[in-house]
Amino acid sequence: MDTPLIEFKDVTKRFGPRTVLDRVNLQIYEGQVTTIIGLSGAGKSLLLKQIIGLIKPDEGAILFRGQPIAGMQKSEIAASFAQMSYMFQGNALFDSLTVYDNIALPLRETTHLQKAEIDRQVMARMEQTELTEAAHRYPSELSGGMQKRAALARALITDPQIVLFDEPTSGQDPVRKNAILSMIAQYQRKFNFTAILVSHEIPDVYFISNRILALYNGRIVFQGTPEELESFEHPFKDEVINSMEALQKELTGLYSKRQFKILNHAQLKRRAVGDSYCIVFFSLQELNTVITQVGHDATQEALRDLGLYINKHFDAIGGFSTRRNTNEFITMLPYANMNEAENIMNKFVQDFHGQVIRSIQVGACKLAGGESLELPILAGIAQGQSSSDIDSVIALAKLQQKVIGRLHCTAGE
Amino acid sequence: MVLTANSRQGSESDATKGPFALIRQPFAFLGRTVIGWVDNLGAATIFLYLALLEIFRHKQLSKTVQQIYYIGARSITIIMLVSLFTGMVLGLQSYHALVKFGAQGAVGSLVSLSLIMELGPVLTAIMITARAGSAIAAEIGIQRISEQIDALHTMRINPLRYLISPKIAAAVISFPLLTAVFDLIGIIGGYISGVLLLGLNAGVYLHSIQTYVELRDVTNGFIKVIVFAVIVSTVCCYQGYFAHMRKDSHGAQAVGLATTSAVVLSCVLILVSDYVVTSLLI
Repeated sequence: MDTPLIEFKDVTKRFGPRTVLDRVNLQIYEGQVTTIIGLSGAGKSLLLKQIIGLIKPDEGAILFRGQPIAGMQKSEIAASFAQMSYMFQGNALFDSLTVYDNIALPLRETTHLQKAEIDRQVMARMEQTELTEAAHRYPSELSGGMQKRAALARALITDPQIVLFDEPTSGQDPVRKNAILSMIAQYQRKFNFTAILVSHEIPDVYFISNRILALYNGRIVFQGTPEELESFEHPFKDEVINSMEALQKELTGLYSKRQFKILNHAQLKRRAVGDSYCIVFFSLQELNTVITQVGHDATQEALRDLGLYINKHFDAIGGFSTRRNTNEFITMLPYANMNEAENIMNKFVQDFHGQVIRSIQVGACKLAGGESLELPILAGIAQGQSSSDIDSVIALAKLQQKVIGRLHCTAGE
Repeated sequence: MVLTANSRQGSESDATKGPFALIRQPFAFLGRTVIGWVDNLGAATIFLYLALLEIFRHKQLSKTVQQIYYIGARSITIIMLVSLFTGMVLGLQSYHALVKFGAQGAVGSLVSLSLIMELGPVLTAIMITARAGSAIAAEIGIQRISEQIDALHTMRINPLRYLISPKIAAAVISFPLLTAVFDLIGIIGGYISGVLLLGLNAGVYLHSIQTYVELRDVTNGFIKVIVFAVIVSTVCCYQGYFAHMRKDSHGAQAVGLATTSAVVLSCVLILVSDYVVTSLLI
């Protein structure tokens, strides 16, 4: 593997008699979204503050592109930190400055750009983060979500190569949480920066993360992909992940991927050889276009409404569902064969057209302005046997997808 | 810059143990307190030095002008009010005291010299401490506990340059100007009570000022107030900036106590330094 962008080697940090980080070893790679998860007070924010140099470790070394920061010249350290930006958990916006001035602050104070150029860059960022109307308002006059967006805009204004996000979704409702995560993922793809997140949003944060680091009892107990975390066996999983997933189900109604697999295994044990089951795969297409047109909040609201409806409909007939990706949902119909599943789907589509599509449309379109927009919703069914691998059935269902409905958005709707 | 908080823990625990603990404890307490003062004095001096280095950097002028408006211009009303009544009381008291010796003609010089050499600088500094100094300490304290100062670090903006230097520069510019206003209005106050209310001759009042007040008196007054400006601005900024390192409190309470400490310490230091500077200037 490449040289890590940031590496911790046996980093220890104590506050008085309490050891918060105990010989922590971790690697963060360039161009990836890395998320640090762990319980409150575990030292996740402390890790970020050590990366950006706000707090120094008591022992161990932090390496930046393979070079120990402690051994660098002052100018080298400054150059390394100049590539980083930090979004604070509490936003840390200057409450005596307007949103515009907050976002413009790093450019005004650290560059020699002309006023017109600063204005152009700030307005562009504000437009991207849907803050144009709030330009001359003070942070205290904004909602929590808008404050987060302002903090995000300020963090991105200098085009940093590394952005550290300290609980960017704390205190937000489920729709806003997903909107912020989606925004981070979108900007990360667009500007190709390395994102390091501290988050509690399990499993939502998995959808945007390339790597997960699990901090438990002062140590990193897991480093790997979200998929690898599924098969990770450690007390951390019971104490942290499971409890957070349980909470998540309360909020969205959908099972996590791990819970989905557990339910599937439980069903598998009850099935006789030769029993069939069906997987229904749903997806909302052209997500990036939708986000650009109607914004992150409205898109997440539509996704949430769709997920809730899928869960409600299939739960009533013994099915169970999960969110597989930002815009993909899977439903398991445990004892249905293909014919039964198609009948169930036909009923679902009828109900969907009759009752649901309108309400989703209202949610999705309320921020729309200017042009018309059509948003296709796809679904596909595949049948599996008790002996077949569920992942291959899911892949087959994905291939079978066809349009079951379209959300129409027109300006002012 | 990092203040050491744990360096004295060892001596504290040693002092509370052993057969002579009761004898040791008062000395240990005294030692801790004195070392604490020296620690803070050293840290505040370094803080001031680092802030002074940033005063003449690029883009500081607009921030300094903004602070002059905040510390200086917005304090004019209260300064005028206080100086008017201070001058009136001085005129009243000195008239009744001097009339016993038939020396009421010296009211003008007494009022003006008292104001220019002593009351003007001291009362101006105390009034600005109460009005602007407390606000500076609270503002910086809140910026510290809400991570705004950390945010400046992460944006590669030196907080001493962005927050502290303009305030110190503005204080050094504003204090003498406000003292001049205080002196002038105070002399007018003395005129109102001495001449207009008690019937002293206006020409005598003004002639006595012209005769006895020298440029040196005015210069000394301004030297004093510049010293006060540096003390007040440094103490208030320092207390707010390190509010998060207070051992007696945390969070909002720490900001409250930092503000109180800033005002009390500034007032005490104004009076102490007043004596020291006066003794050097006389």
